[in-house]
Amino acid sequence: MLMIGTGNKAVATAVRDAKPTVVAAYPITPQTEVVEETANYVASGELDARYIPVESEHSSMAACIGAAATGIRTFTATSSHGLVYMCEMLHMSAAARLPIVMANANRALGPGWNIGAEHSDSLSMRDTGWLQAYVSTVQEAYDLTLMAFRIAEDENVLLPVMINLDGFLLTHITQSFETVEPGDFIPEINTPHAIDIDNPGGYGTLTPSNEHFKFRRDIERGMRDSVKVIEDAQNDFAKRFGRKYGMYEEYMTGDADVLVISMGTLAKETEVAVDNLRKEGIKAGSVGIRWFRPFPDLKDVVEGREVVIIDRDYSFGYGGILANEVRSKTGCSPFSVIAGLGGQEVTYDDIAGFVKMRAANEEHWFGVDE
Amino acid sequence: MYEIRLHSRGGQGGVTAAKLLAQAAFLDGKYATATPLYGAERRGAPVVSFIRIDDEPIRIYSQIRKPDLVIILDPSIMHTVDVMQGLKPEGKVLINSPRPVEMGGHRVYNADLTGVALSLDLVIAGNPILNTPLLGAVAKVGLVSRESVRKAISGTFKDERNAQAALKAYEELSL
Amino acid sequence: MAEIPDEEFILKTTSACAGCSASLILRYVTKAAGKDTVLVVPACCTSVIQGVYPNTAMNIPVYNVAFASAAAVASGMSEAFRAVGKKTNVICFAGDGGTVDIGIQALSGALERGTDFLYICYDNEAYSNTGMQRSGATPLGASTTTTPLGKKDYKKDLDAIVQAHNPVYMATACSAYPVDLYNKVKKALSIPGPKFMHILAPCPPGWRYPSEKTIEVGKLAVQSGMWVLYERENGKLSISGASKAAMKKRIPVSEYLKVQGRFKTATEEDISVLSEHVENNIKKLEREVEGIC
Repeated sequence: MLMIGTGNKAVATAVRDAKPTVVAAYPITPQTEVVEETANYVASGELDARYIPVESEHSSMAACIGAAATGIRTFTATSSHGLVYMCEMLHMSAAARLPIVMANANRALGPGWNIGAEHSDSLSMRDTGWLQAYVSTVQEAYDLTLMAFRIAEDENVLLPVMINLDGFLLTHITQSFETVEPGDFIPEINTPHAIDIDNPGGYGTLTPSNEHFKFRRDIERGMRDSVKVIEDAQNDFAKRFGRKYGMYEEYMTGDADVLVISMGTLAKETEVAVDNLRKEGIKAGSVGIRWFRPFPDLKDVVEGREVVIIDRDYSFGYGGILANEVRSKTGCSPFSVIAGLGGQEVTYDDIAGFVKMRAANEEHWFGVDE
Repeated sequence: MYEIRLHSRGGQGGVTAAKLLAQAAFLDGKYATATPLYGAERRGAPVVSFIRIDDEPIRIYSQIRKPDLVIILDPSIMHTVDVMQGLKPEGKVLINSPRPVEMGGHRVYNADLTGVALSLDLVIAGNPILNTPLLGAVAKVGLVSRESVRKAISGTFKDERNAQAALKAYEELSL
Repeated sequence: MAEIPDEEFILKTTSACAGCSASLILRYVTKAAGKDTVLVVPACCTSVIQGVYPNTAMNIPVYNVAFASAAAVASGMSEAFRAVGKKTNVICFAGDGGTVDIGIQALSGALERGTDFLYICYDNEAYSNTGMQRSGATPLGASTTTTPLGKKDYKKDLDAIVQAHNPVYMATACSAYPVDLYNKVKKALSIPGPKFMHILAPCPPGWRYPSEKTIEVGKLAVQSGMWVLYERENGKLSISGASKAAMKKRIPVSEYLKVQGRFKTATEEDISVLSEHVENNIKKLEREVEGIC
């Protein structure tokens, strides 16, 4: 069905269609509409789920853990301070191999209070064992949220999935999107290690280092295997519903001399910059990173090209997080642009400007360095 | 691409108006986006919303710098906000006013949206509701069809007066 | 006299300290709860008692969770079981640190939301699992590794906090009175909604008394009035057996304190403050039972 709504609404609608049994909810701007709309779907009976209005984000993830441990499907949503407040539970949920799905509205962290878009919240949760996807349209927010359940629950993955959407820029924009009838696209959940009264076991008991080590290695195995599971899910989605997604999104990369790599809404804005640059004779292309964990193999697309990487985040004492992930995985020498922190406005003209001023291995803080 | 900047105050329904406008354009078969420029959410504060309408998918998330149309729901906002900023030379203005207004030589449409809302007692928490009358005015200007406006409103509001308000504003605005 | 079943859910392979009353409590709690039960355990002595992976001394499912999260995990678990029509008991089994300190927010939230679960705080009055640091539940005058001169602050009144949430059932118990404890767990689990039990768990290494005296110390706590056994069904108070006697005639508080090394640092003033507190508490409870409050 063709609908029109915000990124938040699209996430909530995907949740309705994925039919989780338990939803834990705690409001935080700019995600609040997700938990409000989910509450409406539960109230209207369109979603037959238990809705737990928890008292904090730490508890929302805790409640998802307790619910998922019984072998049922769960969902929650958060943003910014809420995400980092539940940091402990992110580690716990991934290590407990629970296929929880969460939407995160990317937002800056204080102080000072700033509720604008920034990727620092989710990227600082990079090493928790959660899969992370960054979406760039309302349609993609719907599609990826739906796919997240299938990917998380796959027996070869059994890891939680975080769908990230830029706060306000995507959570609050109204665009059209098409819903689907998932049918058996998302198979019934079957958690092999669900609590079984008839076969009691200890979960998360004291674990000696040799066993702990194996469990951690298993998380990495799940993370690596998830690449194929993601690709299968995305291909099956394309076959059934007609919209095709990859690990990353390429735009005009074929003959490009210079690539702009970014995540979230910046990747779409970059496509407009690419069109304009090409009119000026600069052969630019765009790569939008959709899946950040597992990190995609970018070697071929980056090979032999100049690279500009836009980070809406920063690792203090190191550099732009995306720039350094791409650099370490591909060996490229990117021009690293730090832009859009705290919802800073970044236009297609600005992005075209980054391309024109590119200098390998240099770092540029947009709006600060000038 | 047709770009609209909408100026209102918190509580007047500007954000909803932007959504409804995008919805009406969408019902016309166009691509449309609506984005509120957020600030602290409080009553009475100036609010800006952006609406883009195009035949192609819209990939721009940044603000509208050079609008084709500026909509002013609350004329008093002009004391504090430069509502004409970046308006294209051929750009137009739609203002909530019972009287014609001269604005830098631009084509200005006026309609008494507040009067329309009050005449139908379309008031919530002391604020006349301006979003549905605005939709009627925008349809008259020709940006979206009357039929799509009717559908967008009936899909969002149960209260019949909203559709009446749109119709009334449509009739009131003279081209 | 209640018929306590022979079936054991905590096996003889625990890694509990000698004389551990927490494991005794766990034994009676699980006997009362039976097979269709999941224990949710935050970091506490029970994290250790149940043994080391791949082994476990428990033969009901035990879900070990983050320190602050027990009640919230139980909240999700209970909703999930109920959603699929299962009646499985969800019991949080948490120490005092995980309850009165780091876990109080999650507990408050779960109680307020009407979660169908039983929260048990077994109270050994310190962070015993990490070697006896003070907690909000440590009594005035007791020395711990972080209060070497004795605690200067009062024990947090957890029961008053819980009571303010109006749970359907709440009770106190003590490891030295297993039948009373067993019956209260049974009753709690027969009622839907949020239930709470606060169980005193004397700790030989932490309280510094010989392991074989663990029952005796528990009894002294009750006989001196330092611990009162009672239950509240929908708020209505009734004092339980052993404490009924203590309401009338008590042994001096000092009898309870002097058998424990942790109170060596307690001053005369501490002891008189504790005694006064006992008198006031019992008077308050008496008045409430008589309907005077």
